[in-house]
Amino acid sequence: MRKTKSIALGIALAVGTFTATGAMAATTLENVKEKGHLQCGVTSGLPGFSQPDEKGNWTGIDVDTCRAVAAAIFGDANAVEFTPLTAKERFTALQSGEIDMLSRNTTWTLTRDASLGLNFAGVNYYDGQGFLINKGIGVDDATQLDGATICIQAGTTTELNLSDYFRAKGMEFKPIVFDTSEQTVQGFAAGRCDVLTSDRSQLAALRSKLSDPSSAKILPNTISKEPLGPVVRQGDDQWFNIVKWVLSVQINAEELGVTSANADDMLKSDNPNIQRLLGTDGDMGAKLGLPDDFGHKVVKLVGNYGEMYDRNVGPDTPLGLDRGINALWTEGGIMYAPPVR
Amino acid sequence: MKKQTIDTRPAGPKPWYDPRVRSLFFQAIAIALVFWGGWVLVDNTLSNMESRGISTGFGFLNETAGFGIIMNLVPYDATMSYGRTFWVGLTNTLLVSAMGVVAATILGFIIGVARLSSNWLVAKMALVYIEVIRNIPLLLQIFFWYFAVLSNLPSPRQSVDVGGALFLNNRGLYLPEPMTQEGFGIVWGGILLAIAAVVGIRIWAKKRQLATGQIFPTFKVGVAILVLVPIVSYLVAGRPIEWDLPALRGFNFGGGITIIPELAALWIALSLYTASFIAEIVRSGILSVSKGQTEASKALGLPNGLTLRLVVIPQAMRVIIPPLTSQYLNLVKNSSLATAIGYPDLVAVFMGTTLNQTGQAVEVVAITMAVYLTISLLISLFMNIYNRAVAIKER
Repeated sequence: MRKTKSIALGIALAVGTFTATGAMAATTLENVKEKGHLQCGVTSGLPGFSQPDEKGNWTGIDVDTCRAVAAAIFGDANAVEFTPLTAKERFTALQSGEIDMLSRNTTWTLTRDASLGLNFAGVNYYDGQGFLINKGIGVDDATQLDGATICIQAGTTTELNLSDYFRAKGMEFKPIVFDTSEQTVQGFAAGRCDVLTSDRSQLAALRSKLSDPSSAKILPNTISKEPLGPVVRQGDDQWFNIVKWVLSVQINAEELGVTSANADDMLKSDNPNIQRLLGTDGDMGAKLGLPDDFGHKVVKLVGNYGEMYDRNVGPDTPLGLDRGINALWTEGGIMYAPPVR
Repeated sequence: MKKQTIDTRPAGPKPWYDPRVRSLFFQAIAIALVFWGGWVLVDNTLSNMESRGISTGFGFLNETAGFGIIMNLVPYDATMSYGRTFWVGLTNTLLVSAMGVVAATILGFIIGVARLSSNWLVAKMALVYIEVIRNIPLLLQIFFWYFAVLSNLPSPRQSVDVGGALFLNNRGLYLPEPMTQEGFGIVWGGILLAIAAVVGIRIWAKKRQLATGQIFPTFKVGVAILVLVPIVSYLVAGRPIEWDLPALRGFNFGGGITIIPELAALWIALSLYTASFIAEIVRSGILSVSKGQTEASKALGLPNGLTLRLVVIPQAMRVIIPPLTSQYLNLVKNSSLATAIGYPDLVAVFMGTTLNQTGQAVEVVAITMAVYLTISLLISLFMNIYNRAVAIKER
């Protein structure tokens, strides 16, 4: 039951902090190494972002973000255990130390950065909120949604954006708030609401779960900015840097043309940027507390950012999402990583 | 000045050998340890949360909430504070709990009595009901009512329409809302007058029955007064009620009163489920009254209905009330399953959305637990008072 889990997490937080008094010596990296695996919080099932297949293997862009960190630390992309979390549970799980990092299509906002004791370590997908509607209601634009009943998942920025949007437009709506995205789709499919709202990347996936996907369509409006990315606890800058730079390495690798297929060949490259990225030159890894070849491991085992995108959410996947603003800055997008040097 | 007293009592044991002193001493130590443990827990939690950069304190209750809630008994919109979302959630929890307690009690008593009926069919139907309902998990029943039954009602445009005033569809039950106009005070006066009259008649009838043995039809007369007086005063005041009728506006109904399907599903499931337990409690209570009581009452010539009402039930209540109290407590606590179907109760609104938007898990969970504890203790308190009222009076 969700509520018992929240209570359990609350108590874990209280007791965890109780026992950890004055013994904050071990860093997250040391703890992870000692455990032998990375504990990563993900969604309980969102195609393209994190979803277990029939064999129980997790796939998705958020999952790959975790795997990349594991590859950097252990040289093994499978040294990860995944904790499926609802939107409501995610921050408490991270605060209480139940997970080492959270990679659960989570929107980076000021409040979350400043008051939850958490840090966002970059953006692995730039998203925005949209609307999925039942074609039967005959609406072409979000401004016609006055009086609509809207299904929504609890504990997300979506809930706030929706309210802001309707208030700004002087329109009314009735929110039906469900715990998980499965229940939200079920409520929409059952006709409890006219509209389902969520991040646009999810709408396509959720629409594909309907028994008759052609009965629903996605409105053209995008009502918010949703930069999604991995999150870590505050107070451990080394760990924050590791997660941040593993993602940056993947983005830089795409920019430099390093892929999982050619990562071994690129070790012989005489481009100093690639040498620093793959660890054949300099001590970039040591500065982070990682092996010097962590960049090579990340790209070889998980791939660069573009590979990660294409494999999970790109045009050839069931989600079929174009790169759009998630393209590299050199190709008209805004995906930009600071240099490895 | 020194005052010397001479102790003439025989010398007692030394304090550390005195069992009373010793037990007080150890109890004091135990209490001190409990308080110290609690203080360390709170203090450590706070200081560790601070060192991890997690906001603490209850200041968040005054911040703007900024999210919508579908059902509110107290005025609410997205510009109000997180503190207000607490009251919205709490009143929604209390509403469904109160509705559930009333319905489950009535249904439970009927089924419990039916279970003991001499009519074979009635007794077996009650048996089947009890065994089926109480052996299926409540959450499944809530899902059943929500997704299997209420979701299959027609869409708003094909609503079931009763006389253009009452509409039923998969978004809820829409009822006309009475809007009181000027002069409605007269109707209130009529209602109060009727209640006072009925109470007066009842007292007078009882007195007369004790004195003369004559029975006055209090119930029938009472109902007549309660119905007629308000109607007459309503007409006299010039019909001071206007009805706000629900109507299809855009793609949903607006106006009137809406009973959302989440509330209906939760209420039905909670009532049916708890009623099956109450029925068994009622049965055990009735069976606990010795057969001699019934036979004696029959020997006095009381008909079946009066035997049940005046002899059996009052004695059965003594057995029924204590377990009934725990069923009420269960019902209130089970209402938190609301979160599974999106009914905005305290757990869904406050411990769900508010907790997640503010991230202040410790405070929110503590408040929520304190609220459920308070509700449960209050129910226990009132039921204990009632229990004392019906308990055997030893004279």
